[in-house]
Amino acid sequence: MSIQASLTHNPKRGERAIHWLYRNHIWLFLTLSILVFSLASPYFLTVNNLSNVLTQGAFIGILAVGMTMVMIDGEIDLSVGAILALASALAIGLQDSLGVWPAVMCALLSGAVLGFVNGSVVALSGMHSFVVTLGGLIGIRGLVFVYTGENALMVTNFDYTEYAEIYLGPVSLTAMVFLALAAFFQWILSSTRHGRETYAVGDNIQAAHDAGINVKRHKIINFTICGTMAAIAGILLSMRLGTAEPNAGKIWELWTIIAVVLGGTRLTGGFGSMWKTVGGVLTLAILRNGLRLLNTPNYVELIVMGLVLILALLLDQALSPRTGR
Amino acid sequence: MTLGKQATTAMRRHGLILAFSIFLAIVAVTADSFLTIGNILDVIRQVSITGMIAIGVTFVVITGRLDLSVGSMLTLLTVIVVDQHNSVGPADAIMIVILAGLLLGVINGILVGFMGLNALIVTLAMLSILQGVTLFYSGGSNVNIPNAQSTWFAVFGRGTTFGLPNPAIFFVISAAIASFVLRRTIFGRMIYAIGGNEVASTFSGINAKQTVFWAYVLSGFMTALAAIIMGSRVMGAQNTIGQGYELTVLAGIILGGTSLLGGSGTIWRTVLGIAMLGFIQNGLLLLGFPYYVQWLVTWGVIIVAVWIDLGAKRGRILA
Amino acid sequence: MDEKHTAVLKVENITKRFPGVTALDNVSFDIRAGEVHALVGENGAGKSTLMKVLAGLHKAEEGRIVHRGTEVHVTSPLDARLKGILLIHQELSLSPELSVAENIYLGAWPTNAFGVLRKRYLHDETKRALDALGCDFAPDTRVGTLSIARQQMVEIARAQAFNANVVIFDEPTASLTDGEKEQLFATIRELRQAGAGIVYISHKMDEIFELTDRITVLRDGVVQGTRNTVDTELTEITRMMIGRDLDAYFHRAKSNFGGEVLRIEGLSKSGLYKDVSFTVRAGEVLGLYGLIGAGRSEVVETIFGIRKADSGSMHWLGQKTEFPTPRQAIDLGMSLVPESRKEQGLVLNMGGRANTTLPHLSSYSTAGVMNHGQELATYEKYREALDIKTTGPDQEVSTLSGGNQQKFVLAKWLCASPKFIILDEPTRGIDIGSKSAIHQLIAGLAEQGLAVIVISSEMPEVLGVSHRVVAMAEGQVVGEFTGDDLTEENLITAVSHHRAALPAAAQ
Repeated sequence: MSIQASLTHNPKRGERAIHWLYRNHIWLFLTLSILVFSLASPYFLTVNNLSNVLTQGAFIGILAVGMTMVMIDGEIDLSVGAILALASALAIGLQDSLGVWPAVMCALLSGAVLGFVNGSVVALSGMHSFVVTLGGLIGIRGLVFVYTGENALMVTNFDYTEYAEIYLGPVSLTAMVFLALAAFFQWILSSTRHGRETYAVGDNIQAAHDAGINVKRHKIINFTICGTMAAIAGILLSMRLGTAEPNAGKIWELWTIIAVVLGGTRLTGGFGSMWKTVGGVLTLAILRNGLRLLNTPNYVELIVMGLVLILALLLDQALSPRTGR
Repeated sequence: MTLGKQATTAMRRHGLILAFSIFLAIVAVTADSFLTIGNILDVIRQVSITGMIAIGVTFVVITGRLDLSVGSMLTLLTVIVVDQHNSVGPADAIMIVILAGLLLGVINGILVGFMGLNALIVTLAMLSILQGVTLFYSGGSNVNIPNAQSTWFAVFGRGTTFGLPNPAIFFVISAAIASFVLRRTIFGRMIYAIGGNEVASTFSGINAKQTVFWAYVLSGFMTALAAIIMGSRVMGAQNTIGQGYELTVLAGIILGGTSLLGGSGTIWRTVLGIAMLGFIQNGLLLLGFPYYVQWLVTWGVIIVAVWIDLGAKRGRILA
Repeated sequence: MDEKHTAVLKVENITKRFPGVTALDNVSFDIRAGEVHALVGENGAGKSTLMKVLAGLHKAEEGRIVHRGTEVHVTSPLDARLKGILLIHQELSLSPELSVAENIYLGAWPTNAFGVLRKRYLHDETKRALDALGCDFAPDTRVGTLSIARQQMVEIARAQAFNANVVIFDEPTASLTDGEKEQLFATIRELRQAGAGIVYISHKMDEIFELTDRITVLRDGVVQGTRNTVDTELTEITRMMIGRDLDAYFHRAKSNFGGEVLRIEGLSKSGLYKDVSFTVRAGEVLGLYGLIGAGRSEVVETIFGIRKADSGSMHWLGQKTEFPTPRQAIDLGMSLVPESRKEQGLVLNMGGRANTTLPHLSSYSTAGVMNHGQELATYEKYREALDIKTTGPDQEVSTLSGGNQQKFVLAKWLCASPKFIILDEPTRGIDIGSKSAIHQLIAGLAEQGLAVIVISSEMPEVLGVSHRVVAMAEGQVVGEFTGDDLTEENLITAVSHHRAALPAAAQ
């Protein structure tokens, strides 16, 4: 066993700054993006535009809230896009037979159930969540198509889409739900037993287990949360569009992962927060919005997104504290 | 061991094959067209492209890493080969696309192999970047090969040799070569060693970074080959032509029994997994189910396959 | 019976077996309230195993544990903690992202009905425990930001918080500076004052004689005896620790030395080792003796290219060379049998054949294609030479016993006829029979002309095989002994009494 270098007790100013940056680099990204686009386009910093940014980002944002819980646990959920699509389809498709709110309830339940299934398989079989939710990604999409056939479902009662039009000042319902969920789960992460356990399990699973924490039940809960969040996003999407496409949410899990990782939450678990995720979601949304405002072609957005992500990884590596080896 | 226990162990090891065989039997009985030469060749032709890519990705997976960029790579490379076919002719187009594939593999290899960045995130980022590059290159429009009937380029995707579809021949030959490399060369041994225990491999003088790098280069190369076949077969390319292939490839590898944790697996397992997926799709279609039902079946099969596999491995050292 | 001397924990006839080796054999001893009881023994003597049994991490096959007068079965670490038995060991069981308070009460957080943490209450309770120990950090500090010494204090604070009556320290000072060590001792004395029974496991004799009330010696899983610290002295304890027939361990090669093979000078790496220099000749066995944390493995890993030093020079066969990469080192003729055979030495899911040829793949191939026949021949040759028990060349080495695994690690280096071999704790966790075989092997290697370095923390081993011994402590060389100077007392004195400060960490 090597002699470990003790962390010095009084780090110099510069070191502390680097340390802070290492843990919070998303805020740098966010600020930079806002600056860049404010300067580049006069339409960016308007209330109307920012409101749009928030709303557009909110869908990935809600998915990201659930994903963050799972990732701090050290796991991943690739099926969120598919769960979103299913919930979206059920919310609209069941309206005629059950009525609007029972349909929405069913949609919500479907997300919870699917999340529960994911979590149970991961916890009980010991399978890696990547593989389990990869199966979910493929299979749940199949469920969607089985339910909707190949065509989009459409609402018959257009009052349903009015909900998406609810605004509190510049903030839409979707955005409100996103921020409320983020705040709620941040509170859970910081102030409740389950939330603190999430860090414990992701950080040092052996210590958590030895301390008597029921790791299996814990993970099942977080996957259920993640599935429920995906369902919420799907319901809100159906409200906004008035339709439910069987291909909805395709690739969205990737954007979600990008947003969460960009925000600073680690894939290895034990580290992260809702605020970081919000930062990542907003940065992503601003990047896409800004590029669109500048009338840059579609492809630029895709390329920039990928490059930013790789940059975040490089930064992470460059800033990581040098532990004595 | 009691008879019951023996049966369970056997079930565990071969359960998947057993279940698959039963499935094949059911389809064969229910759908007349299933066991025809024509149908089987059709399936093989379809899985060949996925299979070629899967061969390259298998190398990456055995080292314990992933390559999610292959779908976008396939799209880009197919667009390139088709487009270049029209501008500089098929021979040069093939050269260009192979170089392009190698280049993309090099980029992945540098980021994941030499710099040690997380494979999932890097290849995800590349997925996005390559999608963008494809749009840029194609200007958003589809490309077509106008002289589809007369160009010798068609031999890759549409030709046959001794009655067997060429894609399948390429696939099988590639699989055989790749299998040889994995089992019988130094490179292959290093791939397994790194996947099994990277630290011990380093202590044994193996340059893990370099080996991982080459695995990604190989993945890019195989995808380029697959793009040639694809372009030749479809004689055109849309901007979404390769979408989702990374998932199918991964599903096939998993089904074949190769662990995503690394250190084990073979090319033939991947071939088996890809073939299974292909026949499941085909069988379900012949039984009258819409195409999306296969996704449900794939979901179930993945879960069951890995659960069984894990159960058999329990007690042994997992990475 | 004096009230103060009632036993708070009694271990009675505990036997614990692992496949191939009996770690604890009919062990009995007791811990009294208000005492510090040292447990000493060589590596592999069974100290850690015993502690893990007490702390609920292992289950003993036979025997019983009596806690405060009643027989108990400790089922898990949490169970142990709730009973008041606390184990503080090298692998700190802390969660770096959580706060001190949350770590102390991990698994037992006070919450209200809805699962909301009662933070105020948690904070106050923690503060109380921290104040009682004189800790200078706040309850809501993130544990990851604390130094190792402070992290240890957090673990000790758990003792305070759970009103531990038995606290077990396993090599607690391995990573502490002198100042931190004194603080730890003060804390331990306070715990003792409060009536806890403390078990102190350590190799460091000076600490033991300074701090403890009684000493129990374990050797090969058997209790050799218990003494009052004031009534005994170092030589008696040492004799109990290692008092085997040293002749059984004597496998020293004939002294027939050739030219200098390896020389390192002034090797330094901040935080790990400082100014390390030594030489090895052909045909010579150089022992590198020291306690855990002495930095020996790090030094040899640097020689072999796994790590990079900050400064220092290396001469190979008399010529000054750059520090090689592992590949270059191997090609030069160096080999390293690493400390952890499972993590560093073998690819566990491969067979013996594949593991044996791993460092020299090009020798077993033509134009990149491997020659399985040649591989098999080599595998067979060494399987027989080293008497390795395995069912086939491709049987996964994970299924073999420790001794056989180690033999494969040896085989993989020997098959290329190296000029120089480093063996890092080559017989750790291996039964006596195989140990002896490996010692004979080492002697044979030297007689064939190899330069050999053996790193060992086991006295009789290091004395038995080495021509010369370099002793290291806390990253520095503290002595070099050969001939008549090569004695147990000299070695133990050299490493225990060394009080140099840690090599300066990166400031």
